[in-house]
Order: sequence, then C-alpha cells, then structure tokens
Amino acid sequence: MNVLFILVPVSLFLAGLALWFFLWTLKSNQYDDLDGDAWRILADDDGPRPEEDDRG
Amino acid sequence: MTETSAFSACPACNAAPLAASVARANSGGGETVLSLPNIHCAGCIRGVEGALLEVPGVKGARVNLSRKRVSIDAGPVEPEALVEVLAEAGYEAQVLDAAMVAAADTDAAGRQLLLRIAVAGFAMMNVMLFSVAVWSGASQATQHMFHWIAAGIAVPALFFSAQVFVTSAWGAVKHGRLNMDVPISLAIILATGLSVYETAAGGERVYFDAALSLTFFLLAGRYLDHRTRMAARSASQELSALESPRAVRVTDGAREHVNVADLAVGDEVLVSAGMRIPVDGTVIKGASDIDRALLTGESLAVAVAEGDALSAGEENISAPLHLRVTAVGEDTTLRRMAAMIETAENARSRYTALADRAAKVYAPVVHLLALVTFIGWIAWDGNIAHALNVAISVLIITCPCALGLAVPAVMTAATGRLFRKGLLVKDATALERLAEVDSVVFDKTGTLTTGRAVVDGAALSDDDMAVLASLADASEHPVSKAIAAALPGGLARVELTDVSEHPGKGVEAIWNGRRVRLGHGSWVGAEGSPAFAVDGQAPVVLPFTETLREGTGEMVARLKGEGVPMSVLSGDSAAATGRVAALLDIDDCAEVTPAEKVAEVERLRETGRKVLMVGDGLNDAAALRAAHASMSPASALDASRTASDIVILGQNLTEIPEAIFTARSARRRVLENFAIAAGYNCIAIPIAVLGHASPLAAAIAMSTSSITVLLNAMRLR
Repeated sequence: MNVLFILVPVSLFLAGLALWFFLWTLKSNQYDDLDGDAWRILADDDGPRPEEDDRG
Repeated sequence: MTETSAFSACPACNAAPLAASVARANSGGGETVLSLPNIHCAGCIRGVEGALLEVPGVKGARVNLSRKRVSIDAGPVEPEALVEVLAEAGYEAQVLDAAMVAAADTDAAGRQLLLRIAVAGFAMMNVMLFSVAVWSGASQATQHMFHWIAAGIAVPALFFSAQVFVTSAWGAVKHGRLNMDVPISLAIILATGLSVYETAAGGERVYFDAALSLTFFLLAGRYLDHRTRMAARSASQELSALESPRAVRVTDGAREHVNVADLAVGDEVLVSAGMRIPVDGTVIKGASDIDRALLTGESLAVAVAEGDALSAGEENISAPLHLRVTAVGEDTTLRRMAAMIETAENARSRYTALADRAAKVYAPVVHLLALVTFIGWIAWDGNIAHALNVAISVLIITCPCALGLAVPAVMTAATGRLFRKGLLVKDATALERLAEVDSVVFDKTGTLTTGRAVVDGAALSDDDMAVLASLADASEHPVSKAIAAALPGGLARVELTDVSEHPGKGVEAIWNGRRVRLGHGSWVGAEGSPAFAVDGQAPVVLPFTETLREGTGEMVARLKGEGVPMSVLSGDSAAATGRVAALLDIDDCAEVTPAEKVAEVERLRETGRKVLMVGDGLNDAAALRAAHASMSPASALDASRTASDIVILGQNLTEIPEAIFTARSARRRVLENFAIAAGYNCIAIPIAVLGHASPLAAAIAMSTSSITVLLNAMRLR
C-alpha cells in the first residue's frame, strides 16, 4: 500500500493543475466570446505580426 | 496539498483582484463600443475589423460575436465617423453608451459562479476517486486515511462553493418562507456534518462525494440560469442605449456631438432627417415632416414648421430641423408617459414560475418525510443515532438536484434557439407564460405594418405616378422630399419643363404642354393635402396607404391554423385599421386610446384568455405590461421594449408562431424533467426510509437523475 503515498499526491497535483489551468482561462477572458472565436479559427491569415517578431 | 491550497483554501482572494482587473480593462479610457446587430460570421468579423483598422487614428478593433459588438481603441476619432465607415462597408452600427456597456460587461457574479463550479468540480473528481476505492473494498487503515483526505478536500471546497445556496436559503427562512434552496442547503450541511462525524469516529458511511456532486450539478444549473438572465439583461441595456444617446448641439453656429444627458433647457439642437428627436423642444428653424407613429399610432406623417412643439421619440423624416430644448431627461413627454405605464398592473408579478410552484410542494414534503422517518425509527428500535443517520440519508437522497437543473437547462436551450431565430427573450418566466398563450392582440402601425406610409400606386395611373415622381424629385421642399421617399420603388420618370416652386403652396411644372401641380389642397383645387393635379383631370388628394411587414400574412395563417383567435387594436383611423384587418382577415378595433387597450386586454383576461400582446408604440406599452405575455419589434420605443418580454430583432413577424411552439415544447420538457426527477425519488425514497441508502446509492441516484434531466433538455434542439 506504500504506492498510495506517491499516487495520492500525484493525483492531487494533476487535478490541481487542471484547476489552475481553468482559472487561467477564466482570468484571460477566454469565455467572453465563444461564438466569435469559433469562427476566427477559419480566417486565412493571422494579421500583421507583432513588432518583436519582425526583428528576428 | 500544497499545490492546491493556494486556490482552494482562499479562492476569494483570487476572485477579488480578478474582478477588479476585469473592471479596469473594460472601463479603459478612450474606448468606443459600437453595437453591430447584423453580424453573424467570420466574414463579418474580418470585414468590420478591416474597415475600422483602415481609419487613420484607430489603433485597434476587436469584434465580440457573442455580444454582437466591437470595441475600438479609437484615439481621437469620433464614434459617429466610425459608424459612417461601417455603414459604407455595409454593416449597420450604433454607438453604445460607455457607462451602460461597462455595467453590463463586468459580470462579476457570473465569474464567481464559474469559479465555484471549478472548485466544486475539482473537489468532486478527487473525492470520487477515493470513494471508488472505498466502495471497491478499501478497509480499515486505508479506508480511514481516504476518508480523512476526502474530508480535507471536501470541507473547504464545500464551504466556498455551497455558500450560494446557504445564503439564499437563510434569506428565505428569515422571512418565514421555504424555497428550493432550503432542502438543498439542509442536505449539504447535514451530509457534510454527518460525514465529518463519521470520519472522526472511524465510521463507514461518508457522503462527501454526494454533497460535492450535488453542489456541482446545482451550481451548473444556477450558472445556466444566470447566463440566460445576463444575456437578456445586457441585450436590453444595449437596446436602451440605442435610444438616441447622442445629439448634435449647435452653439453660435458651431456643431458638436454631445450625450443627450449633457443637454440643458435652452440649448439649440440640430436633428437631421431620419433621426429620432432626442428631447422635447420647439422648432426654431426649418420645416419637416414628423412620424408620430410610435407615440400615437397615427400612420401618416405630420408637417411641422417653426414654432411647433415636438416630443422626444418622434422621428424626423424629411429635412433637418433646429430645435430649442424645452425639457430634458425625466421631464420629457416620453419619460413622463413611461412613468405612467409603470403604474399599470404587471402580468409578470402575477405569475408564479414553474420552479417555484414545484418548490412550494416539494420542500415541505421532503422535510416532513425526513421527520417521519426519524420518529418512525426511534419508535422502531429506539436508537437515536441510527434514526438521525437514516433521516439525514433521506434528506440527501431526496435533495432536489435534478429539480434545480430541470428549468434552467431547458430554458437555456430554448432561449438560445429563439435567439438564433432573432428573438430576444428578456424575462426569465417569459417562455413559461408564452407557452400558455391562447389568443393574440396586435397593434397595427409599426407592428403589423412597417409604420411608414407609402403612396398607393393602384389609385393613380402609371403616367400620373411617373409625373408625380418627377415633380417630387424636382422640388427641394421637405414635403416633396417626404412624398418622393414615400413613393413605391422602380417608377419611371418623365421630362418636366418650367419647374417653379410657389412658397407655401407647392410646386408647378409643364409636362407635354400640360400644367401639373403638387402641393397644398386649396392651391391645387382638391379637398385635402397634399394634392396632385394634371391639367384636364380632376385633382386628387394623394392616397396614402401602409405596407404590411414581410411575412405577416403567413404568420397570421399559421396562428389561424392553430386555432388562435387574433385581433387588431389600433389608435389609427377606422378606415386604415379596417383595411389592414380585412387584408389579414382578423377582427379589428380602431381609434382606441392607450387606456382602452389595457381595458380590452384585461377584459380578455377576465374571460379566461391568456393574451399575447404584440405592439411597438408608447400607446401599447401599458397593454404590453398587462398582457399575459408580450412582444415588441426592435424598432419599438424603449418604454415598449422594456414592458415586453420578448424583442423581435428581425424585420418580419414570421417567428411569432415559432416562438409559441418553442415555448410550448420547452414547457413540455420542463414538466417531463419534473416527472423524471420525481420518478428517481419514488425509487430512492423507500430505500432511504428503510435505512438501506448507502453513499454509493446516493451518488448514483444524484448523478443519473441530473444527467437524464440534462439530456432531456438538450432534446429541445
């Protein structure tokens, strides 16, 4: 049964990771426009790149 | 546990700065928000963003398709200029009041609920893992350890997530009432208390998983409910923001766009053709025609000139007018009439929602059942601890988990379906009431008809129509321009010579050597104005008529097929109303005052009818409030839209029967859901009362009933 002492914390950690990930999506406004984002993925181009990318 | 404690121990600490940052992001200075009522696809998103980014000075634009609006980092660019840019690109746009948008945007309550769902879901998944291990045979030390870990996760998670129910239940109990949250809170608190006691005592029956899944499913129902309400609320706020929030103030000849709220009595305001009049005022310069259809139901435009008084909400049709403001804000005629409507009895407050009716029956029954079980077991074996244990398990098993989902799940599906068809459901119980409707009362002007008068082409010969069109085109007078706008499209033009304007009388020209005149009746020689005459023919008063909205005939036919009686109540003349009613073959009643409209709706109600009122004018608003359910087109005045349950966003009325059918099938689904929930309870209650309810049975009953109810709700699509 000693394996439990590893598996229980591991499972808690993984679930905590999922919770943290959800809170992150919530925080970064990803649920504000569900319809729009579904359509945007169909757009051909990604628009002009941010400036720091052009320097490379 | 250390990884998770940052979130689960004090999620409120995470939520508070979160809400604050959202508020900051949305109230950011210099941001312009435009409403885009017609966008629907990826092409629209790119078209709108592309057009806006090409405007010099615009730094960024982001379309939100769900809310049908675009946020623009506009810098110094005026919102009106952006609306014009979008109009050129083919998208209708309206400026939204920034304060209202910010209020609708910071949906802190929705985020709080999502956060609680996330925490409850996280805890539920983990506790369920331990429970499965216990049910499949973990015993003694392992079982004990698992119970302790489960308690460590469940207690703080429940403390945070279940607050919603406990607060609401406490509010009800304090006022001596029972709502659905009372049995829910009792079940959650007792289940948690009992489980903690059992854990400490090394017992076997631990209900942490049941308490958590209960919380999770019920929060999901609560969130769906909240989302439906929020969508409706923010939409109606946006609609009210459409009510000419901006006006053009003229100070010493200089024009500036200002918010209506900033206007003061005595200011000079310019109202261009096609605009709603923003405030009450007197005309000081210009002459035009005014559409009063929304306020009085009159279908014909009225000519106004210097010195005439106008009220907010009227529409200026033909030429720019300069007004001297006589009343602003709450003092305008429009607002005062709206306040009068507030006093009309409201059908919404008379109606008890299905969920509340179910709770009224359910809550006392459940509590009595638990009490009877408790007393019964004491009488049977005298063991108080055991009796308490069984009574609590009855409360847990009968907890109205599925009932909490039964209504919101169906209503979310139904309002979503109606929204895609262009109907905006504004009130939480609107669909339940709409489902019961068995007769319909329509307003005429602006509801069954487009609200704009057109010259009846059938009454004049083709040649005459062509002359009339050319004559109206040739004149610069506002009335001529209004007539030109009211002519049917696709008319031929003829060549006119010697066109001359006669101020105060009309316009005259020569066509094929004959004199033709359009103007005031006395000048042309006819009985009324405006009149039209060709030399050698009898002069005629221009015959105005109304056009029905597209699809109105089809809508009436469908409702007739369902056996729904219909009638028209109009403030317009008997002739105009009778014509429309005859065209649609329904009953009519003309020249009714707003009070008589209410009286008629009340009379129908007293004969046992459930009336659906469809109207758009201020004269309909009180009747809209009094009717069992109500709808108004998006072109209606703010007061009427506020009074009605459902706003029709599209141009035609064909979706009205569709809405009634959807509402009826939604009601059927809700009742089915109640039956499903009751069915599960009928099986589970005897088991629980007899003391055989295990935590496993509780978990299974809880999840399966909730999932069945959700699936049944989804069948509505």
